[in-house]
Amino acid sequence: MDLSEAQHIITVFLQELANQFHRLPGSAIFLRYVKSSYQNDPVRSAVELFLFLFAVRYLLAPKYSTKPGLVKLSEEEIDDLVEEWTPEPLVGASTALGEIEVEKRAVIVGPTGPKVKLSNGRTVTNLGSYNYYNFTSNEFLKDKAIQTLRTYGVGPCGPRGFYGTQDVHMKTEADVAAFLGTAACIIYAQAFSTISSVIPAFSKRGDIIVADKGVNYAIRKGIQISRSMVRWYEHNDMDDLERVLAKVTKELARKPLTRRFIITEGLFDSYGDVVDLPKIVELRLKYKFRLILDETWSFGVLGRTGRGVTEHQNVDPAVVDMIVGSLAGPFIAGGGFCSGSEEIVHHQRISASAYTFSAALPAMLATTASETLNLLQTNSDIVSQLRENIKVMWGQLDPRSDWIYSTSSPENPMMILVIKPEVVSSKRLSFEDQQSLLQDAVDEALANGVLITRLKSLPDEVEPRHVVPPALKVCLTTGLTRREVEKAGTIIRHAITKAMSKKR
Amino acid sequence: MPRRPANPFISNSPPSNLPSFSSSSEKGGLLTRASTSKANRLTQLFSTSPKSKTEIPSAHAALLAAGGNPQTTVPPISSASLSLPTISLSTATADNPNMDEPPTTLFRPPSPGETRRLAKQHAQFGPIGHPSHRYTSRHPGGPFPEPVMDEPPYYYLLTTYVSYLILIIFGHVRDFFGKRFREENYRHLKSRNGYGALNSDFDNFYVRRLKLRINDCFERPVTGVPGRHITLIDRSTNDYNRHFYFTGTTTDTLNLSSYNYLGFAQSEGPCADTVEETIRKYGISAVSVRAEAGTQDIHLEVEDMIARFVGKEASMVFSMGFGTNAGILPALVGKGCLIISDELNHASIRFGARLSGAAIGMFKHNDMKSLEEKLREAISQGQPRTHRPWKKILVVVEGLYSMEGSMCNLPGIITLKRKYKFHLFVDEAHSIGAIGPRGRGVCDYFGVDTSEVDILMGTLTKSFGANGGYVAADRKMIDKLRATNAAVLFGETPTPPILVQILTALRIMTGEISPGQGEERLQRLAFNSRYLRLGLKRLGFIVYGHDDSPIVPLLLFHPAKMPAFSHEMLKRKISIVVVGYPATPLVSSRARFCVSAAHTKDDLDRVLSACDEIGNVLQLKFSTGIAGGALPPPEGMTPEMESEWHRQQRSVNGQTTPPRWRLEDVVRRGVQDAKKPLV
Repeated sequence: MDLSEAQHIITVFLQELANQFHRLPGSAIFLRYVKSSYQNDPVRSAVELFLFLFAVRYLLAPKYSTKPGLVKLSEEEIDDLVEEWTPEPLVGASTALGEIEVEKRAVIVGPTGPKVKLSNGRTVTNLGSYNYYNFTSNEFLKDKAIQTLRTYGVGPCGPRGFYGTQDVHMKTEADVAAFLGTAACIIYAQAFSTISSVIPAFSKRGDIIVADKGVNYAIRKGIQISRSMVRWYEHNDMDDLERVLAKVTKELARKPLTRRFIITEGLFDSYGDVVDLPKIVELRLKYKFRLILDETWSFGVLGRTGRGVTEHQNVDPAVVDMIVGSLAGPFIAGGGFCSGSEEIVHHQRISASAYTFSAALPAMLATTASETLNLLQTNSDIVSQLRENIKVMWGQLDPRSDWIYSTSSPENPMMILVIKPEVVSSKRLSFEDQQSLLQDAVDEALANGVLITRLKSLPDEVEPRHVVPPALKVCLTTGLTRREVEKAGTIIRHAITKAMSKKR
Repeated sequence: MPRRPANPFISNSPPSNLPSFSSSSEKGGLLTRASTSKANRLTQLFSTSPKSKTEIPSAHAALLAAGGNPQTTVPPISSASLSLPTISLSTATADNPNMDEPPTTLFRPPSPGETRRLAKQHAQFGPIGHPSHRYTSRHPGGPFPEPVMDEPPYYYLLTTYVSYLILIIFGHVRDFFGKRFREENYRHLKSRNGYGALNSDFDNFYVRRLKLRINDCFERPVTGVPGRHITLIDRSTNDYNRHFYFTGTTTDTLNLSSYNYLGFAQSEGPCADTVEETIRKYGISAVSVRAEAGTQDIHLEVEDMIARFVGKEASMVFSMGFGTNAGILPALVGKGCLIISDELNHASIRFGARLSGAAIGMFKHNDMKSLEEKLREAISQGQPRTHRPWKKILVVVEGLYSMEGSMCNLPGIITLKRKYKFHLFVDEAHSIGAIGPRGRGVCDYFGVDTSEVDILMGTLTKSFGANGGYVAADRKMIDKLRATNAAVLFGETPTPPILVQILTALRIMTGEISPGQGEERLQRLAFNSRYLRLGLKRLGFIVYGHDDSPIVPLLLFHPAKMPAFSHEMLKRKISIVVVGYPATPLVSSRARFCVSAAHTKDDLDRVLSACDEIGNVLQLKFSTGIAGGALPPPEGMTPEMESEWHRQQRSVNGQTTPPRWRLEDVVRRGVQDAKKPLV
C-alpha cells in the first residue's frame, strides 16, 4: 500500500520533470542528439553522465598540496620558528691558507713585463704572468690600441645580440679562425667563462660526457651545469679512456642515440702536460664521440707557429669539433674563443649564456688580439726563442733539484713544479704542509728578486672530488735573456731548497 | 671604411642654444637653405627646415612656443639649426658650401676642422638643449608604488596567439617539406653516422622558424662609438636572413639601444684621455689572474674607489659582469643553503645559483607578499625531507630589471629582511650609475643605508662605458671571498685601460674632476628617462617600468610587429632593440629604449614623433590610461587644482579615458610635466 503510493508519487514527479524538460526550448534537439550519438543506449548515457558528474566533483574538490612531508603549522608557530631561526653568517671565517692568499698577494706598481716594480719598491723578475712573448712592452700594439680607443671608445655598451657586434669583433673572429684553420669562430668577453658556457650550450640533460679527471675548474663547472651524464677517465690515460668509451658505448647501445662528447685540455692547467691528441682523435672517431678541446694554455704556445696542439701533433683542426682558447694569455688582449664548424659557432650565438647575456669584448682588446695574432704569424722565430728560454729554465730546475720535479710538457712555458713523491712520503707532508712549504719557497724567491706563484686550486663539490696537487708555477717569457733566465732559475732552485730543508 | 656620401642637410649643425655655438648655428642655417632641395623626404620629416616648419608645427617649434626661458631662446635665424644635430661624422661636403659664401655676419664661422671635431663630439654626447632639462632621480617618499601593468584589449591578445599559431603551423609545414626535399639544411638536427644530432630538432624550432624571420633585427653590426649616435654597417641578405653580406655603406642612427646610461661611451674627453695615458704607461693587459701576478696598483685604486662610491668597506673587480655573478654566488652559498631569487633575475644569477649547489626558490617579480610567503615556508619547513633548518637564506634581486624597466622594492625587502634575517644580494647591473640623486644605485635612490644590504654587485659595462663587474661588501667578507671566488683565482684580471675608464668615470661622477659634469649627466639621464616615458604614455602606448628607470619598454605584443617596428625605426634612423620570446613572456614582445644622458630633448622628440607615426600605422596605441598619461587638464590651472582635477576625472568616470595626445601637446607640456609625479 505504502510502496505503491510512493511509486505513484515518484512516477508523477518524474512525469512532471519530463514535462518540464520537454517544455524547455531546444530540449527535443538535445534529446535527439543524445539518443543518436549514444545509439539509443541508456546504459552508455548513464555511464557518461556519471563520468561528467565525477569530473565536476573533482574540479570542485578542495586543493591539497602535493609536496611530500609538508608539516602543517599555524601562523603563530611559524612566527616562533622565524624568531628562533639564526642563519649562519653569509661569509664564514677565513681559513689559514685563504689569509695567506690575501696577505701575500704581490701588488705590481706600474706596467707589467719581464721586470716589474712591486708595491714595496723593489724591482723583481716577473715569472708569474703569461706574458710569454713579451707583447706587453710592444709600442706598436699600444699605438694600435690607442687608435682603436679614439675610434670606438672603450666599452661596447651592450651584448653582441643588441648592437654590441662591432666590425672589430667580426675581424678578430675571422682572424682566429684563419689562424687555426677552422671554418668559423666566436669570441667571448672572458676566457675563464668561455668553456663553462660552451659545454652546456651543446651538452644537455641526457647527453654523455667523457672527461679527463685532471681538467681545469672551468671545465668542471661547465660539466656540472650541463647536467649531462659524466664518466671520468684517469688523467691522460688513453687506455682508460678507451675502456670508458667502450663501456659507455656498450651500456647505451640500446638507448636512443644522444650527443656524446669527450672533453679534455690541450695543455693541462693543473699539470702542464700535453694531451695525446692523435690517439684521442682515433678513439673519438672509433666510438663516435664529439671532441671539445680546451686550448686555453696551448693556443699560441704549442706548434711551430703557435697554432696549438693541432699543429704540434699534426692533427687536422677539422677533426676537433670545438677548440676553445684564450686571447687573454700570451695574446695580451682579453676574452676567449670557440672555433669550429659554422653550425657549431652559429648555435652558440643564441644559446651560449656567457655570449648572449654578457656585454661584448671591448674593441681595443679585440683589435689587440688581431694584431698579436698577426705578429705571431709574421715572426715565428719568437716561438723558438721562447722554447730556448724554457730549455734553460728546465736545465736549472728539473734535473738539478732534489725536492721538486716538473710535470709540464717540455714545450710548455708554464712550468708546474710539484714536490717529489719520495720527499712527500719521507717527510709525511699533508696537503696543507705542502702548500705552506711552497708558499715559503715563493716568498723566498720573491725576497731574492724573482716573482713566481703557487698553483691556485679551489675545491668543489662535483663528484668525483679532484685534488689538484700543490705546485709552483713558473711562467717563462722571451723578454728575458738567457743569462737572466739562468739566474732566475738558480734563485728559484735555492729558494725551494731553503724552504724544504728548513722544516723537519 | 666606406661611408654613405654624407647628406649635408642633416650634418654639421650643432644645436645652437648654447651661446658658444651661436656662430655655427648661423652656418647651419645657411647650410640648410642651400640644400633643402636635395634633402630627401625622410630628413625633412625630422628637420626643421623653414619649409617643413610652415607645414607642420614641428617638435622644435612646439618647444619654442612652449617657451622656457626667453633669454635662452635663440634668434629666429638659427631656429632652423635647432634641427636634429649632426648625424654624419665624415662630412667633407658639409663644409664646402660655406667656403663659397661670403661672410654675411660679423661672426667668423668655425674652421672646418673645428666643426668636424664638434660634430664628432656631439655625435657621442649631445649638449644639453636647455638648462631646465634636468631632474634628480630620487624616491619621492611614501610607499613604493605598485607597478601598474596595463593590458591591451583582448582582441590584440587573441590575435597575438593566432599569429604565433600561424607561424608555428607554417614552420611545421616548411619543416615537413624541407626535411624531404632539402635534407642538407637539416643535417645538424639528425643523427648521422652514429653521432647524435648536434642540436635538438625541437629546441631548434624556435630559432629556425621564428627567429630566422627577424634575424636582421638582431646582431646588427656597428662601428665607432656607441654614444648618442651609433653607426650601423649596412647589410643585406640573399637567403632569407641565413647569411648577410655587407653592402659597403654605413648608416648613422640615433642610438637608443646601448646601455650607455651616463654617456661615458666617448672616444674623447677626460675618460679617453686618461685611458690613452694609461695604455702608454701600463700597456694593454696585465696578462695574469688576480690571485697570481695580476694585481696592479690601479686594481686596488679602482676597488677602493668603487667601495667608497657604493658605500661599502671593500670591493673586488672582475673582467666580466656575467662571470662576476657566476663566480660570486658559489663562493657565498652551497649545500644546505637556499637562494630565493626574483623570477625575472638575469641569466647570470641563475647560472651562478645553479653552480653553487644551493637549493633555489623563486618569488613573483617584485611581489613582497610572494617573497614573504616563500620565506615563511622556507624557514618553518626547513630543508626538504630532513626538515633541518637552512644554513643561510640568500635573497637575490636586481636593482633595475633590464627587460621590464622595473625597480626592486628595496624598502619592502629591507623590512622583510629585518624580520626574517635573510642575507640580501642586490645586483645593480643596470641601476648603478643610472639612478639615485648621486647615481649610486637603488640604495641611493631610496635613501637606504648600504649596510642594510649584505652584498652589492654591479657591472661596469653600462653606466661607466667600460667592461666587467664588481662585488662590494664588508672588508672581512671581501678578504675571505678573495680566496674562495673562482673568478679571482682563475679569471683573467681586468686590463688597465678598462680600469682607468671606470676610475675616471667614477671621479667625474663624484665631482673630483670636471665638477658639475657628473651631476649634469645624472640629472639629464633622469630627465630624459621621465620625459620619454611620459611622452610615450601620453601618446597612448603601453609602457612598462618604473618612472625613473632609463629602460623604457614599449609593448608590441604581435610577433610580426617586432620586425616592423624595428624596420620603421631604422628607416627613421633610430636604433632600438626589439625583444620577444624567450626573453619575455610569449605574448608581450616589446621594443626597448635605453635612454642616455647623451641624448638631448630634441633627440627624444624625434623618437616620440617616430613612435607616434609608427604607432598609428602598426596600431600600437592601446593603453587604457591606468598606467598614466592622463589627458591634459584645462588651461590655467594651478598645480594643486590639477591634481584635484585628475582625481575628479577618475572618480567621475569610474574608469580612465585612454590617453591619445597629439604629438604637439606632448612636446609642449613634456618638459614641465616630466618633473611632476607622472600621472
